[in-house]
Amino acid sequence: MSKIVNGVLTAVGKGRGGVNVAHNKNTAQLPVERMPVPAKVVLPMQQHIGAPCTPTVKVGDIVSAGQVIGDTDKFVAAPVHATISGKVTAVGDVKLANGMICKGVTIESDGQMREYEGIKPPVVTNKAELCAAVRASGLVGLGGAGFPTHVKLNFPEDKNVDTLIINAAECEPYITVDYRCCVENPRDILDGVYGIQKVLKFKQVIIAIEDNKPEAFKILKEIADKDNDMGDEVKLMTLKSKYPQGAEKMMVLSATGRKVPPGKLPADVGCVVMNIASVAFVGRYLRTGKPLISRSITVDGSAINNPKNLRVPIGTNIQDIIDYCGGFKSEPRKIIFGGPMMGVAICDTNAPICKQNNAVLAFEDRKDIIKKERDCIRCGRCVDVCPMSLMPTNIERFAKTKNIEALIHSGIMVCMECGSCSYSCPSGRPLVQYMRLAKQILREESAK
Amino acid sequence: MAKKLTVSASPHVRSSETTTGIMLDVVISLIPAAVMSVVYFGTRALALLSVTIGSSVLAEYISRKVMKRPNTISDLSAVVTGLILALNLPSTLPLWMAAIGSIIAIVVVKQMFGGIGQNFVNPAITARIILMVSFPAAMAKWTAPFEDGWAADAVTCATPMAQLATVNGGDVSAVSGLPSLTQMLIGYHGGSMGEVCSIALIAGGLYLILRRVISPVIPLTFIGTVAVCTLAAGHGNFEFMAYEILGGGLLLGAFFMATDYTTSPINFKGKIIFGIGCGLITSLIRIFGSLPEGVSFSIILMNIFVPHIEHLTTAKPFGQVKEKKEKKEAAKV
Ligand code: SF4
Ligand code: SF4
Repeated sequence: MSKIVNGVLTAVGKGRGGVNVAHNKNTAQLPVERMPVPAKVVLPMQQHIGAPCTPTVKVGDIVSAGQVIGDTDKFVAAPVHATISGKVTAVGDVKLANGMICKGVTIESDGQMREYEGIKPPVVTNKAELCAAVRASGLVGLGGAGFPTHVKLNFPEDKNVDTLIINAAECEPYITVDYRCCVENPRDILDGVYGIQKVLKFKQVIIAIEDNKPEAFKILKEIADKDNDMGDEVKLMTLKSKYPQGAEKMMVLSATGRKVPPGKLPADVGCVVMNIASVAFVGRYLRTGKPLISRSITVDGSAINNPKNLRVPIGTNIQDIIDYCGGFKSEPRKIIFGGPMMGVAICDTNAPICKQNNAVLAFEDRKDIIKKERDCIRCGRCVDVCPMSLMPTNIERFAKTKNIEALIHSGIMVCMECGSCSYSCPSGRPLVQYMRLAKQILREESAK
Repeated sequence: MAKKLTVSASPHVRSSETTTGIMLDVVISLIPAAVMSVVYFGTRALALLSVTIGSSVLAEYISRKVMKRPNTISDLSAVVTGLILALNLPSTLPLWMAAIGSIIAIVVVKQMFGGIGQNFVNPAITARIILMVSFPAAMAKWTAPFEDGWAADAVTCATPMAQLATVNGGDVSAVSGLPSLTQMLIGYHGGSMGEVCSIALIAGGLYLILRRVISPVIPLTFIGTVAVCTLAAGHGNFEFMAYEILGGGLLLGAFFMATDYTTSPINFKGKIIFGIGCGLITSLIRIFGSLPEGVSFSIILMNIFVPHIEHLTTAKPFGQVKEKKEKKEAAKV
């Protein structure tokens, strides 16, 4: 019965929300190019969610690539490594792309890219060792959130976690580095999966890819089919390409049919979700012991001369990266760190690339970027597309009038700021901004 | 350079849909009905259309000016209101009355409540009802198609709904002079300008659904409920049901007026309740009331309940279990 009802609901356009954003995967066929070592890098001490690190080097120190330069004794944090070899020229406040200020270490390159001698593959036989090794690698979620990976893997035993989901949805428009990762390094991905699986023994491992990347699916499948030693817990799965398919809660639902309750984590329904680039890194790291010192990013957008996929040392200046891509074609009106749906518009290109940044996009002025703001016509599009079943237009009203009771009733706290509502609003309302305001109001209220 | 970068909240891309585009689609969807009204009722219909649309836009422009608010005529919503109002009027209505209707719709119902998206009842329907109360005779002067509407002594005729209301229990054959069902479809019968031609209305409604401007939920539940109720009232007479669906402005109301964004629920469950409610009230008025139609009244009544319907049917946020279930689960533990 409920199946029929659901079928009818889908037929009349009451799906699970989400929007069909133009993919714009222009760089999908461009292999990841290694950018030459920059003259200097700036390494912020806070490139993850959690406690900031403290610099462990001082001005004048000679460091080599892969050496720890910042760490903390807090568990929810990831150490920072030198990403090039050279001399520490400054330790102090640095400005991040979003305008925030935090402690950071500046290293001037000696042009040699010497590797740190202490690098050796980790020995991993149990969960504690795996988590310690992953922490030491400095890995954070490479998909954008920047949550330290070892914290995810260190789920409590009583949670009955039985599923590892590898997120290769890459649902944000423009970004293609995860796709390139599948095409170029499938071996690393599977090594990562097996390495984690050997220790954590999930009942199932699901690699989920959106159906607009059949190439990536094929390549992974071919390799996975050859590895018979791993049994059949590892499954590949295609998902409908619809934004925000890659959001953690949507991923868990699509892959397992489980719904993560408000305020809970995927682990509460037995799942761990990892980004595919993170898994590929784990694979490489278990083999070589090289910590996280570089990453792939997509550089694209209408204002960029030569869009590219690049592998850059973390801490490289954004302006250097843009210059390497031929500079600006025309004067950019907006530069985005990350994807166009959830990325942050930045005000200054003189800032470093951090671990979790997967793209730099620069746009000229276009109508679909800046839409005229009008009054809400109550068309209901924002309600239809909200993957969290919220009513953004009503929440906007409640937030404006500070109607606390209605805000609590609205369920706003589950909003993941995916941007689907603002995207589809014909009146160009900045709904996500109001969603943030609404959450802020509730947070202040509960702090009282 | 850096100074000129726009820093705004995500998302940084927007769909190409705009308010103006949506309203334009609504206008396009009403063109068949408007054209057919001119075919059947001649230049008189054209004059009424021009007057209501023109005065609606003018009223919108002036009232925004007076209230010192940004000019909004470019969103085309005033055009839509004027168009729908005209289609709800008899072709013989004096032009000044039509102009008053537009002014009521735009100034009193829409702008005094804050403009687009803020009014709690449908402007065009409210204007129609106020006109019906103020000028009952003029608002009920229906002529047969191809009658010269300009002539003061134009021959009037009853609408099929009024004719059907004279008999009990859906005995269609007992009514003399009733148009055939084919005539009901193509619109060859008396009625308000836009309600007569069912085919044009269905085509327009389908256009809106296919363009995803409206969801099919309200029209389906509205018409479906009327169908079920009138079938029951007519003791299973399908012919009677067909007349009830094709006549009395039900299609015009269900596709174009009950689906008005501002005055219908925005959530799925709310739409179902709203549609069924409209259908029930329409049927009750038609079967038991003294009025032959009832579409306008039912929509306006349900408009008033929209905030409550929405509040009661707000979907649970993702992953939240129903309270009852929670309690049950808690009881188990
Ligand atoms: S999508 Fe925009 S116009 Fe439509 S209901 Fe939501 S806020 Fe209002
Ligand atoms: S309300 Fe939040 S979760 Fe829903 S569409 Fe908007 S941003 Fe996404």
